[in-house]
Amino acid sequence: MTAETAITPKHTPRDYKSDIKPVWCPGCGDYSVLGSITKAFSELNLDPENVAVISGIGCSSRIPAYTDCYGFHGVHGRSLPLAAGLKVARPDMTVLVASGDGDGFSIGGNHFMHACRRNVDLTYVVMDNRVYGMTKGQASPTTEPDWDNALTPGGSGISPFRPLVIALAAGANFIARGFSGDQNGTAKLLKEAIEHPGFSFVQILSPCVTFRPDQKEWKDDVHDATVDPTDDLGRAARRLMTDDGFNVGVLYRGEREAFQPPIGNASATVADLEGKFAL
Amino acid sequence: MNQPTDNATSISLVLAGSGGSGVITAGNMLLAAAAKAGWYGLMTRSAGPQIRGGEAAALLRLSSEPVSAQPDRYDLIIALDWMNFERFADEIPLDENTVIIGDASAAKKTPAFVTEGPARRGDIDFKNLSKAIPGGRPNMIALGTVGALIGLPEDALDAALSDALAKRGEDAITASRAGAQAGRSVAADMPATPKLPTPEGEKAGRWLISGNEAAGLGAIRGGVRFVAAYPITPATEILEWMSPALTKVGGVLVQAEDELASINMAIGGSYGGVPALTATSGPGLALMTEAIGLAVASEVPVVIVDVMRGGPSTGIPTKSEQSDLNMALYALPGDAPHIVVAPNSIRDCVFTTQWSVHLAEAMQTPAIVLSDQALGQAKSVIAAPADIAFIAQRETASTPAQGENYQRYAVTASGVSPMALPGTPGCAYTADGLEHNPRGTPSGGAKDHHIQLDKRQRKTDDFDYGQHWADQAGEGDTVVLTWGSCTGPVLEALENLAGTDDAARMISMRLLMPAPKDQLTKALEGAKRVIVVEQTHSGQFMGYLRANIDLPRDAEHYCIPGPLPMRPGDIVSLVKEGTPS
Ligand SMILES: Cc1ncc(C[n+]2csc(CCOP(=O)(O)OP(=O)(O)O)c2C)c(N)n1
Ligand code: SF4
Ligand SMILES: [Mg+2]
Repeated sequence: MTAETAITPKHTPRDYKSDIKPVWCPGCGDYSVLGSITKAFSELNLDPENVAVISGIGCSSRIPAYTDCYGFHGVHGRSLPLAAGLKVARPDMTVLVASGDGDGFSIGGNHFMHACRRNVDLTYVVMDNRVYGMTKGQASPTTEPDWDNALTPGGSGISPFRPLVIALAAGANFIARGFSGDQNGTAKLLKEAIEHPGFSFVQILSPCVTFRPDQKEWKDDVHDATVDPTDDLGRAARRLMTDDGFNVGVLYRGEREAFQPPIGNASATVADLEGKFAL
Repeated sequence: MNQPTDNATSISLVLAGSGGSGVITAGNMLLAAAAKAGWYGLMTRSAGPQIRGGEAAALLRLSSEPVSAQPDRYDLIIALDWMNFERFADEIPLDENTVIIGDASAAKKTPAFVTEGPARRGDIDFKNLSKAIPGGRPNMIALGTVGALIGLPEDALDAALSDALAKRGEDAITASRAGAQAGRSVAADMPATPKLPTPEGEKAGRWLISGNEAAGLGAIRGGVRFVAAYPITPATEILEWMSPALTKVGGVLVQAEDELASINMAIGGSYGGVPALTATSGPGLALMTEAIGLAVASEVPVVIVDVMRGGPSTGIPTKSEQSDLNMALYALPGDAPHIVVAPNSIRDCVFTTQWSVHLAEAMQTPAIVLSDQALGQAKSVIAAPADIAFIAQRETASTPAQGENYQRYAVTASGVSPMALPGTPGCAYTADGLEHNPRGTPSGGAKDHHIQLDKRQRKTDDFDYGQHWADQAGEGDTVVLTWGSCTGPVLEALENLAGTDDAARMISMRLLMPAPKDQLTKALEGAKRVIVVEQTHSGQFMGYLRANIDLPRDAEHYCIPGPLPMRPGDIVSLVKEGTPS
């Protein structure tokens, strides 16, 4: 150990937590996700000022202000382009994007596909509670078709979206599923996701205790993925298409190079550009 | 057949033909040759709706003086074929002095408005003349004829051909020069057009540039190094010009999946500390409005260039109108102070876009630049724009002293709060579209809301915009009040009226939001007559003026929607007789 690293104190999860009290309901799964995020940051020993947490709108999207990192709480559904702009302009920053199933798969669905395809080095965490929590209980793209609610009484009648399958088809470079009930396990997944180059997608099953009290059962439903993560698209596709939605772990690890156009290397001056117009 | 004609001060001509006939290429070469020779010029393009292969026309006006507007009439029209030529009828005013040259082999297809019109006619056998030259093309024949008719020096045309075809090789250059020579040789048989005086050849300090290129250059001059792009007519050329240009100066352009993404990417890049821009047209601006509101609330500078086209909806993508004004001013949710500025010439696209970057960065708020198709897609010879010392200057924060806390939205006298860039230790904060307190913590309380509303408003209200809020010209009791691309025709009209009993002055507003109420009220002092000129159907600019200043009750109003350009002659009659010609 060199003298320099010896005097650098190691960060703890507290270093990444702000003093702002979350608006979440008691028991909401998102508290634990916040804990996993700060734990992952501390285990990677990232300096808080070099980390940015970017989000859209929803209960889950409230996370940035609860961290003591740089943050941006943008508009509903647009966290991914906001984060991509930051990362391309500032490749030195570690950028984590926090979203919900409504924010990420419904209003932001198009950006989700293109972020997977573009493969900017981002970690995309979607807290999936199969409901619009913030707007008080409507069906989201991952909600079961027969889930009764005020906006679509008797259920939406629409079969749920499979975000992991879509991520794979669209080109995501890392795909994992976690469960908020397992804070340490999820922290481990996030740590791996952050370290993996390119676009990493982590779905975290995070119960909404208020509008989906039935999700308290999830702790009994989740199980560890029984096979090792694959880099084989065909095998990954089969696995993701046939899984029960409660398979937890790293499910796909790709090897595509991250998208990062060079920035900051000037080879000409503005006057050179102007010269092209001069007669 | 030629008879000597008086030297003209400007000459206007059209090269028209079906797609693939190369009239736009020929028009560009002619403009470049005229520029080389020492003339000024303006070229606008008109095209049908087809993506490729439709009819196209290059409309040129060449002059020994700078050209600020499309002409009232045309001196010369050369049609390589007559395919769908009638679609241009409204855009190309003819009279008995107009010379129309068509293809001899297609004389029967000449449209009625030409055969029955008052113009003088000549025919050239474009097909056979070009066939006689290996690699020869009718557009080059036409180019040679035009050059000879208007008095363009041969060496200038030859040089422009060599430049334009350098990549295609020696054979292409030889063929084109031979074509131009063949065109020159038949010019003497054509009815005469006016000739321009032999150019002085003094052209140092002039540029040949389009409005869209000029906007892109202004942005880069201002310090923009991050652009997110989604293509849309007529703004795409800004993005396509900027893409390689940014790479050269150390910046980057990212193609987004849609305008919702492009504006958010630009905001993300700017939040990271890199001055950022996106460019679009009306439909794209509509998609961006929510995020522009986010930039207002979170106080992130960003520039949005809207190159306006005919609306509503998809409207007329290839033609100009000023009808996005209301959207740029009023479309954001909530009370959202932001900047709206408008360039008033191709040359001014450099200045105004550069200025917009300065304003956005200085006030940490979005700036919308309202250009339009008439400026963006037109190309012109201009005096090189002076380099203004407006370089993006954002007030940033550094690590606070021990025991002090950074407040991102601190309440200051100017309203501008130092912005910490990600990576700055001790300043981590969350930028937020939710209302917040000075520290950035979300707050729905009345006090925080009022304080932040006031602070954001103060930034743009109290800023010193200096002289740049408007361009003023001319003298007289009559004021023509206008903005954007209407300015060129108004200026030309006022030049024509100068020194007569109808002399008038012009106020062309560059700053639209915040409305420069005091400056405008003062500038209107002493006006006996006010004429408001704009290119919309509903009178958006007039409504804006009425809402913001005490405009005289009897102010006159001339508003025409696109796609026809404002013509100087209409403004002259408006001033003289109270109605357009
Ligand atoms: C443009 C826009 N449309 C609608 C809303 C209202 N809205 C806020 S959050 C939300 C859904 C959030 O659901 P999800 O992303 O699943 O987050 P959760 O609250 O469940 O964590 C909606 C529809 C909004 N803020 N903006
Ligand atoms: S409504 Fe649901 S998702 Fe939102 S805070 Fe409460 S429990 Fe969590
Ligand atoms: Mg949800």
